[in-house]
Amino acid sequence: MLSLQGATVRFGARAALDAVDLDVAEHETVCVLGPSGSGKSTLLRAVAGLRPLDAGRVRLAGRDLDGVPAHRRGVGLMFQDHQLFPHRDVGGNVAFGLRMHGVPKAERAARVGELLELVGLPGAGRRAVTALSGGEQQRVALARALAPRPRLLMLDEPLGQLDRSLRERLVVELRELFDRLGTTVLAVTHDQGEAFALADRVVVMREGRIAQSGTPLEVWQRPADEFVARFLGFENVAEGTVTGEAADTPWGKVPVPAGSPRGPVRLLVRPAGVRLADPADGLRCTVAARTFRGTHVAVRLQPERAPRLEAACALGDAPEPGDTVGVAFDPAEIVVLG
Amino acid sequence: MAVPVAFFAVFFALPVAAIVARGLRAEDGAWRLGRLGEVLGQSDIRHVLWFTTWQALASTALTLLIALPGAYVFARFEFRGKQVLRAVVTVPFVLPTVVVGTAFLALLGRGGLLDELWGVRLDTTVWAILLAHVFFNYAVVVRTVGGLWAQLDPRQEEAARVLGASPFAAWRRVTLPALAPAVAAAALMVFLFTFTSFGVVQILGGPTFSTLEVEIYRQTAEIFDLSTAAVLTMIQFVAVGAILALHAWTARRRETALRLVDASLTARRPRGAGQRALLTGVLLSIVLLLVLPLAVLVQRSLDAPGFAYYEALTRDDGGVFLVAPVEAVTNSLQYALAATAVALVIGGLAAAALTRSDAGRLVRGFDALLMLPLGVSAVTVGFGFLIALDEPPLDLRSSWLLVPLAQALVGVPFVVRTMLPVLRAVDDRLREAAAVLGASPWRVWREVDLPLVRRALLVAAGFAFAVSLGEFGATVFLARSDNPTLPVAVARLLGRPGELNYGQAMALSTILMVVCAVSLLVLERLRPQQSRTGEF
Repeated sequence: MLSLQGATVRFGARAALDAVDLDVAEHETVCVLGPSGSGKSTLLRAVAGLRPLDAGRVRLAGRDLDGVPAHRRGVGLMFQDHQLFPHRDVGGNVAFGLRMHGVPKAERAARVGELLELVGLPGAGRRAVTALSGGEQQRVALARALAPRPRLLMLDEPLGQLDRSLRERLVVELRELFDRLGTTVLAVTHDQGEAFALADRVVVMREGRIAQSGTPLEVWQRPADEFVARFLGFENVAEGTVTGEAADTPWGKVPVPAGSPRGPVRLLVRPAGVRLADPADGLRCTVAARTFRGTHVAVRLQPERAPRLEAACALGDAPEPGDTVGVAFDPAEIVVLG
Repeated sequence: MAVPVAFFAVFFALPVAAIVARGLRAEDGAWRLGRLGEVLGQSDIRHVLWFTTWQALASTALTLLIALPGAYVFARFEFRGKQVLRAVVTVPFVLPTVVVGTAFLALLGRGGLLDELWGVRLDTTVWAILLAHVFFNYAVVVRTVGGLWAQLDPRQEEAARVLGASPFAAWRRVTLPALAPAVAAAALMVFLFTFTSFGVVQILGGPTFSTLEVEIYRQTAEIFDLSTAAVLTMIQFVAVGAILALHAWTARRRETALRLVDASLTARRPRGAGQRALLTGVLLSIVLLLVLPLAVLVQRSLDAPGFAYYEALTRDDGGVFLVAPVEAVTNSLQYALAATAVALVIGGLAAAALTRSDAGRLVRGFDALLMLPLGVSAVTVGFGFLIALDEPPLDLRSSWLLVPLAQALVGVPFVVRTMLPVLRAVDDRLREAAAVLGASPWRVWREVDLPLVRRALLVAAGFAFAVSLGEFGATVFLARSDNPTLPVAVARLLGRPGELNYGQAMALSTILMVVCAVSLLVLERLRPQQSRTGEF
């Protein structure tokens, strides 16, 4: 459906998009994930035609979009902060795209009603957009973007401004809605939870380039490199040298999955793979801090002569700060990074 | 963009260039640039230059001195009748200079209020001019400085206080630097308006005092010395250009990121004797300086049994005009409406072009150029119209359009100044949202920009209407004697001796004032709450 080839956008000397290749299949939901400044919003703007490409091409349903202005591209874009038109009521906002496409009035009214129903705001057409809550605004923005039946729907930080519980609920609703409508979706977000919950495929971006692309499970289980691992919130990353079944690291010998290539590598140890044991066994560490995380307790460990480690412990048996513990590693939770 | 440029080329640059060329070219077509030195060598011309400059400086200083406390009071204090008072303060600014002159004549002149009470007359002194200038420009300072002051976050000053600064030190180190560019901009605008003052000086200056603009008028219309007038026009042009360049520079500095908050959050009721005294002082100065002259004007116009002066206006046997003076009201309204329409179209297009995000340096330079008509001698423009637009394809000499076109020229800067901040405040992403939903650029403008700036457009229309109504310098040349506008009629009545003519001038001025004030009060209701349209 959508295909980017070598898409490049430069701001002065800096490339906000650096030769990006990306394909989105029909009915697929792709989520671009990255820190601010990684170029993910620029990607959406380039596809929407709001920002010209400096090099490369964008194709939509086989058609080259070069030189096609934004209003003729037939894509939908839901803006960060929604950008509802303050001078129009809810119905006026949703109907806007239909009016621009010359849809007759009666058909427009029917479609607006249908969409407001779909996003869970039946009968809200006459309300002023300034009187809406954040979640309601988000729904109206979604209805507005969907109204002209875009071939591709793009979402820029769709849930960014909302509070946590609302976000979690809406993400599930969105997912169900896109599945039902069969919409092709390209979303960008800096929130991994949102991306993993929403996407069929996650694309991690870094400084205008794609760092990794895969299903949420693949990306979570096997981050491609240290950047992706750290961006996903993993902190136990260290250099090591693989020799057979284990690697030499600052934390001592760490077992690695079978078949890992020999030589110098970077290793990720997931917190769940840091097993606490008797101080006599394994790496001796002091407990530096403890953070309650709801489903588990995150424990920060300070080895005697090595970088800190984070461990995830069951709620009941987390040690107290100041305790001395021994650490062993679970090979199933260790990833050799590229 | 092309339309406003063409408009300015034909109706501004061409007339001004034509009159300068007419004045500075000999019969054989050679340029006589030597006139420049000759004219500047005349001692009375040097005297005019000197007087123009120092009265403008003095007027500016006096205006700042009196209006800055006013700006503070309007920005930081909450008191009953504030909204109405803000409108009252603005009325003088849109009042025709002729009315301002007449009002001060009624207050300070021969047989004026002070003369009757204490035998004091100021109309032959420079004080009358200075006070009239303060009256006229008070609103410029209150709106430009006070508008920003009201939106400065008081917590910035509080942060300084918590860090150990005394109240004065906090004000000096935090608030003053933030305000300084606005003060500078206001001062430059006041200087510009007073430097090019015409109607006020014409009426109050008598034979003794003459500014450049008045001198240009005298040389053009009374002595017919076009070459001297041309030289003076060029001098004024250069001076105004310099002032505007400075103003543009301060405006750029003003755009530095300031933390602005909603003005309604910063004002509170005055507390303590000091603050109440300040409020009282400011209110008193407003009553004395702004309200009193207008009140005296109204009183004078009624100073005959019944409404004798007003009734006299409806008779056409006065000999001053070919028609009854009251018909000037209809003329004025028609001209001003046409001028407003022209100014809105030209100014609106210019503002829209200036807002486009891809506007280059050249276009942004046009921003400053649009202000030029405010400073260039209206007399020159008026006379330039007569000599430049008198041959085909543009023979407008006998067309009624001539007057509104000249008036629109003065209205355009106000339209641009009012529209530009509001247009710039429209979030570009709203336009993008509309584009992605399928709106072409023209539809984006119609669907997003226009509805959001509708109120500003009305405010701009009101300003353009008021200044067109009051335009005097150019209109005095262009209005045919059987079709005078209100300010022209007032000036003509004042130029005639006799109690009845004086009374009629007062009555006509009152009518003009009421029309202006009503249109302004309507605007004050429309003014968007949070907009930063307080340029003027």
